[in-house]
Order: sequence, then C-alpha cells, then structure tokens
Amino acid sequence: MEKQNFKGWLYLIPAILFLGVFMIYPLVDVFVYSFEEGYNSASQTYLGTGGYNYSYVLHDPYFLQAVKNTFILVIITVPVSTLLALLISMGLSSIKPLRNLFQTVYFLPYVTNTLAVGLVFMILFKKTAYSDGLVNLLINLFGGSSVDFIDGPYWAKMFVLCFYTVWVVLPFKILILTSALASVNQVYYNAAKVDGTSSFRIFRKITIPMISPMIFYLVITGFIGAFKAYSDAVALFGTNLNAAEMNTIVGYVYDMLYGDSGGYPSYASAAAILLFAIVLTITCINLLVSRKHVHYAD
Amino acid sequence: MKIVLDHLTKKFPSRNKKEHGEVTAVGDFCFEIPDGKLVGLLGPSGCGKSTTLNLICGLLKPTEGKIFFGDDDVTGLPPENRGVGLVFQNYALYPHLTVRKNIQFPLENLKGDAKLSKEEIDGKVYAAAKLVQIDGLMERRPSELSGGQQQRVAIARALVKMPRVLLLDEPLSNLDARLRLQTREEIRRIQKETKITTIFVTHDQDEAMSISDLIVVMKDGYVQQIGKPQEVYDNPVNLFVAKFLGTPPINVFDGRVKDGMLYIGEDVVLKAEGIPDQEVHAGIRPEGFVLREDGPLHLQMSRLEVMGRDVSIVSGHPCCQSETIRSIIPAESNVDPASDTIRFALKPAKVYLFNKTTEERIYLER
Repeated sequence: MEKQNFKGWLYLIPAILFLGVFMIYPLVDVFVYSFEEGYNSASQTYLGTGGYNYSYVLHDPYFLQAVKNTFILVIITVPVSTLLALLISMGLSSIKPLRNLFQTVYFLPYVTNTLAVGLVFMILFKKTAYSDGLVNLLINLFGGSSVDFIDGPYWAKMFVLCFYTVWVVLPFKILILTSALASVNQVYYNAAKVDGTSSFRIFRKITIPMISPMIFYLVITGFIGAFKAYSDAVALFGTNLNAAEMNTIVGYVYDMLYGDSGGYPSYASAAAILLFAIVLTITCINLLVSRKHVHYAD
Repeated sequence: MKIVLDHLTKKFPSRNKKEHGEVTAVGDFCFEIPDGKLVGLLGPSGCGKSTTLNLICGLLKPTEGKIFFGDDDVTGLPPENRGVGLVFQNYALYPHLTVRKNIQFPLENLKGDAKLSKEEIDGKVYAAAKLVQIDGLMERRPSELSGGQQQRVAIARALVKMPRVLLLDEPLSNLDARLRLQTREEIRRIQKETKITTIFVTHDQDEAMSISDLIVVMKDGYVQQIGKPQEVYDNPVNLFVAKFLGTPPINVFDGRVKDGMLYIGEDVVLKAEGIPDQEVHAGIRPEGFVLREDGPLHLQMSRLEVMGRDVSIVSGHPCCQSETIRSIIPAESNVDPASDTIRFALKPAKVYLFNKTTEERIYLER
C-alpha cells in the first residue's frame, strides 16, 4: 500500500510541477498583487497592503461598463446558443439524407479563425458613408433604414457581439448534443410511442432528462466561456474597446496590464480576482440548480 | 380481445448493399389468437418472433397482410391507438423517473375525454402496482431495484392503461434462473387475473411450454407449428420443431425404413408399416427409451447421470447425429454403469420419423 502511494505520487510529479509553476503560483501571485497598493512593476515596490485596488476598480466606470457588457453577453448568449444547438441537433438527428454534409457545415465555424470570422462579420454588418454591409442591404430591402452595427449605437453593437458569440460557440455545442442525442437508447422512444406520448412530451420528459448531464456541461462551460470573452469583441471592434463601450472584464484586465492606459498590474489583478469570484458564484449556483434537474445514469 | 393475423409479412431491404433484394423477417403469418389466452412465440434468435411482436404493437408496419384486434382492422393504426401494452426485453424503464412516475407515465398521456383526474391516476397506478406486488417500492428509481422488480414495474406500466393486448418481448431473459421460474408463474397469474390476451416472445422452450396456452414455433420468418404446448411436443410436424422442443433434446438417428420396419444401424427397432422404403431421420425423445435386456436397440454405454427423480443414461451410437444420446429412465432402474452396451426397447409414441430431405414428419400408423 505504502509503495503504491509512493508510485502514484511519482507519476503525478510532472503534472503537479507543471501545474504548480504555471497555474497555482500565478494564481496565488495574482491574489497577492491584488492587495498590494501602488505596486510599481519597474522597481518591484509597493506602498502598502489593503483593499484600495478593489475599491478603485469597482469605482472605475470602464470596469462597470465591462461588467455590464459581460453580463449582458452571458445572459443572452448562453441560453440562446444552448437552445439553438439543441434545436439544430434535434433536427440533425432526425434527418437521414445529407446528414453528414449538414454536420460538417454546422461544425465549420469551430475550425475557423476567430479574427477571420470577425472580419467577415464586420463586412456583413458594417456601414460607412459610401456603402452598406449585407445586413443593412437586407434591412433596406424590408424598408428599414441602415444601422451602423460596428460604430453605431450601443444596442446594435451588443447585438452583433451576441450574434457573433452565439455563432462561434454553436458548433461545439451541436457536436456534443448530437452525440448525446444519439446515445439515448431508442427503446425509450419506442416505449413512449406505444404509450401514446406526444412528441413534445417525449422531448420534455424523456429526451431532455436523458441528455441533461450534457446540457448542464454545456451551460457551465458556456457561462465560464462567456465570462472570459475578449477576443470576440476585439475581432469585431478593434483593440480600443473602452472607447467603443464594448469592453469585457477580461478586456479590462488586459487593458490595465498592457493597454494604452495600462501598467497597473494591481488593478488588473483585483479585476481578475473579481471575475474569478463572479464565475465561482455563478458556477456554484449552477451546481445547486443542477442537483435537482440533472439526471445522471447510474 | 382476439387477435387475427392475416397473411402478415414483413420484408426488410437487404443490409448488404451489393446484394440486392429483401430479407423476409416474417412470412405469410396467419393465426387467430383466441380471446384471453397466453400465447408464446417461440423460436431461435433471428426467426422473426420479435418482428412479429413489433408488427402487432405497431412499431413496425407490415409489408403485406392485415392485423385485426377483435373486428377492428388495426393494420394502419399507430401504436398509441391500438391499445397495446408492451414490455421490453430490457424493460425500458425511464431511469430518471421513480417507479410511481414510470407507471403513471402512460396515464398522463391521455388527452381530452380520456383525461384522468389526479385521484383516478393514483388509484390506477396503485392497482397496477398492487397487481405485480411492487406497491412498497413506489418512490424508488429503477436503478435501485433488482432485475425482477424492474420487470414487475415494466409489466405494471404496460398494464396500467388496461390494454386490449399485452405484449412481452423476451420478458425473462434478463433474470437469473430462479427468478425466471418465479416470474413466469407471476406472468401467468397476472394474465389469468386480468384476462388480457397476452403474447410473449421467447427463445426458451421451457418458458414457452410451461405457461402458454398456445405456442407458435417459428423458424426463419415462417411459422412451423401452432398448438397447445403438449400437443406440439408430442406431435412435431417437422424435424426442426422436434429438435427445438424438449430438454434434454430429442435424439436424432440416421435410420432407414425397409420392408415396413425401422432400422437404426443393424438393429430393427420398430414396426413402420405402410411407409415406403427410404432413408429417414429417426427422432427419439429421451423418455422414449425403455430399458430391456432383450431390447432391439444396442447403444454404447458411456456414463450414468443421476438426477434424483430419474436417471439419465449417456450413450453413443454410430448412426446418431450427435455425439451423445441421452435417455431418461426411472431412478429405480437397475443399470450397471460398467457394462459396455445397453439395450433399449422404444415407446412407439415417442419415436418420430422425418423425411431425409424435406425434414417433414412421416406419420407412423398406430
């Protein structure tokens, strides 16, 4: 037994070392930074310790804007993308011809570069003094007037960001849900059919509970992913996100470190810890909710 | 509710793409199941018995033929409008629902006039649970039940709507031997109590013989024989049926009929008057052997198996189509296990002759 333990630890050492150096140490370091006031990265000195960094960040309008943006993004894209993915994968599992083709098509965004996709979205949604993007042409066709989705009003930009995010996260969710649906034993559907269950009730009472662990996994990772959003906003609106009112929390952290107004690792650390706290809280809530509604096969 | 199957046929497209054509899973099945009977569909795996069951419940559509429940033609009806209860081989209990919710699931599907009040549902669920004796386990999940209990829940769920027809697909195959005996009695009891016409599928002839009012023996999609279990056992129409029914199985010899006598090897074992001279398969049930010192059939004794109630003699013969011959004789018989040869007389009613090529039965005059 003793020897076995020793061997076990031996095998774990590479991973522990790697994680310790590149994950745990930085995490602790960030936590420490966030309480060091007036830290100067050049001289590696600080004035004192305390909660001022948090207070600064929480009173910074850019941070509040970033929090607001992030929350809107999370609240809209997680449910919308999960529901859409569910609908699409239901569709995919019920068709026979061309199924592989459709599966490939729906998976394409996953293998496409974020910035390339961002560029395409910009072209689709952009409006300049001389030309309209495809979306605006469509709006015009139905009698609306053009909206600048990239440099225009806040709601338009938020719409594009949400649209883009949903589109980017869909393929992975579809992939997971299609395989989850395929793993539900056909015999349950047959049993329900013999008992005269309506298809909506089959979906609600059998399909959803059966794939609920996968849905739950997607919701959790979806929340975490959306809270960490940054590159999507950059791809659409460029690097000066504060000016575009489209910054996210991770974007704020980045700006505080390296941006034009950057050079404040303490503020960045405080913001990062706040993000961590938010994600932790939301995930705990998710876990609590899931305990009642997720059914694991045992 | 009597069930009439009228030239029921189901063909599937061939799996093999290169090889065009169809596979006949069920061919030209004609049968009238009398009201309130328990019928066993029996056959080796792949013989079309489960397909037949799925055709009756409506999960599959027949290629040809019709199905009647009573006087209603239900051929075109979807399963939910047929009023059938189906118990699946692996029970198909919804793992995320409790026993109570599983049983009430079919009732909650009812709409319109048929919709039941909460009290009515509770009453029916309780009655069904009581019938299969699981009323103490209502709040458990299927995973917290034993195989036998799950089986009961599945039957309760199939019965709760009081279906016109109850269908069971290999209901006992997932249970251990003891539970199987117990559960098959249970199925019999439930069927007697509810008087619902019941069809069950099995590959185990013991199971089918023991509880069925009628058995249907199938092979390669075609019905071989229909009848009361004992009749089919005593009077198989062909070699397949004779071989399929009975444990230990029937012993089949290469025999020949010459001058109105049946020969096995050089032994003249039985009169076979009126049968033209020919080679035959001679099937002898294990209980058809009578130990007699001057018996006509000589077998090479290999060993004796004592089974309490009776004794099974394992022996061999060059003309036997299997390695060993099993004969069952009363335990009090005096057999010397050391002897080389053993001699038997045969009970004519337990000896069946079959045509060498068609394997159809050749009836002896009695």
